[in-house]
Amino acid sequence: MGGYAAFVWPAYAVTFAVIGLNVYWAQRALARARRDAQRRLAARGEAA
Amino acid sequence: MSGSAPAVLATLAPGAAAAHSAAPGSALHAARLCLLRDLKLAFRRPAQLLQPLAFFALIALLFPLAISPELARLRELAPGVLWVAALLASLLALEFLFRDDGHDGTLEQYVLSGQSLTGLMFAKTLAHWLLTGLPLSLMAPLAALSFGVPVTALSGIVLPLIVGTVALSLIGAIGAALTLGIKRSGVLLSLLTLPLSLPVLIFGAQATQLAVSGSSWRAPLELLAALAVLAVTLAPLAAAAAVRISLE
Amino acid sequence: MTWTWFHRLASPPHVYALAARLTPWFAWSAGVCIGVALYGALLLAPPDYQQGDGVRIMYVHVPSAWMSLMVYTTMASAAAVGLIWRMKVAHAAAASCAPIGASFTVAALVTGSLWGKPMWGTYWEWDPRLTSELILLFLYLGYMGLRAAIDDPQRADRASAVLAIVGIVNVPIIHYSVVWWNSLHQAPSVMRLAKPALPLSMLAPLLLMLLGFTLFFGAVLLVRLRGEVLNRERTASWIREVVSA
Repeated sequence: MGGYAAFVWPAYAVTFAVIGLNVYWAQRALARARRDAQRRLAARGEAA
Repeated sequence: MSGSAPAVLATLAPGAAAAHSAAPGSALHAARLCLLRDLKLAFRRPAQLLQPLAFFALIALLFPLAISPELARLRELAPGVLWVAALLASLLALEFLFRDDGHDGTLEQYVLSGQSLTGLMFAKTLAHWLLTGLPLSLMAPLAALSFGVPVTALSGIVLPLIVGTVALSLIGAIGAALTLGIKRSGVLLSLLTLPLSLPVLIFGAQATQLAVSGSSWRAPLELLAALAVLAVTLAPLAAAAAVRISLE
Repeated sequence: MTWTWFHRLASPPHVYALAARLTPWFAWSAGVCIGVALYGALLLAPPDYQQGDGVRIMYVHVPSAWMSLMVYTTMASAAAVGLIWRMKVAHAAAASCAPIGASFTVAALVTGSLWGKPMWGTYWEWDPRLTSELILLFLYLGYMGLRAAIDDPQRADRASAVLAIVGIVNVPIIHYSVVWWNSLHQAPSVMRLAKPALPLSMLAPLLLMLLGFTLFFGAVLLVRLRGEVLNRERTASWIREVVSA
């Protein structure tokens, strides 16, 4: 990397970390929403 | 408290008769009543009016203490310090804009009154500026002189501040309306308002900077005026929408 | 031309199903574009004659900065649609955008800073682009902070929509004022993107990376959108089939 390795690689690492975290957080948010929806439906099923 | 509120609100209803120059029941009439009411109520608590001014003076005091008492250095810092202090003081004062009216239901009555809420928001913000931004701008020369700013530059401090604080009050009203009723919203209000206020800060500080160094400060002042005009046109609309949303 | 397809976008169950079907397409095409762009950026593209291999940071910095602005615009547009037409789905989309945009703003700032150190000698320069990015980050944080502070979901949707619209109007004003401010205090060494036109060997990976990031945004948005739609639908009957799967 012509001496710039210490800057180029961390830059790519941070960017792809952001990409990875976005995937992880999005999936987690969807899973949580599904769980909450299940819980709400179950609660209503018992009440109804 | 809001002792005059019922009487004022009754006259806000469209069609109600009142001996005023503006047509009774018109938006202009309503806005004028709102402005006068806010001013009247504020003068019942003069101590509260002085707080933003005291805060402004205190912030200005911080810098010589923290940096250096040398007038030459302070003169360099003066434009930035004055504008940051004005910005923070006006942020602090924003909490008072809707607080009382929000608590006692007057704001709800404004929304339900059928009058132009945008006009009423403009009136409230104007009252707020007359009570905080304007006195601040007029007091700034004292702080400026203590920073070694030459007397010839004082108009370059007062005029940009007058124009700038108008814009700041209007922009701040949007944030205040959005955070109505949120507990301990002070920091959130600042977080919302500060980024939107940055252009005012940039042009205002630049105008003051040029004035202090003796050059022509017309260009940034004109840009500042443009921002103020934009704020006058659009901000009350946004604030009215925000108030409606917050009160639903 | 029938507008049925557009009207159906207001229907939460339809959008939920559509999002689930489309996500793999966006995800895979994003992966391919980014993969190829990565190969091009790191191996095929030539080093800059001035900046050497340091210019390779451009291939991640510029797309990140592009994302930060594009996502904010999308967020404000969705919020405006939600506010004007009272569409829950649009509000759900706006809410989904915010964390994505904020994270790419952080990426843009960090990569910009890492690019700055070898180029300017310092990790931070108050140059107009970086300063504008920083302010954009605060706009995102303010939006997310407002949402978090309001308990009532509908009020949160509508208040943050007003904020997003006010924000998007301000973005050009803020950017212009920052550029103007910076031009007055011109730093001795100003970062210049390889001017005038990039050669194709550099332009191609850059554009491909831009496309890849945009497709990636689409995929992540669709995933988050499903969750946000579920949260806003509370106990509507269509959820039953979807969630018990």
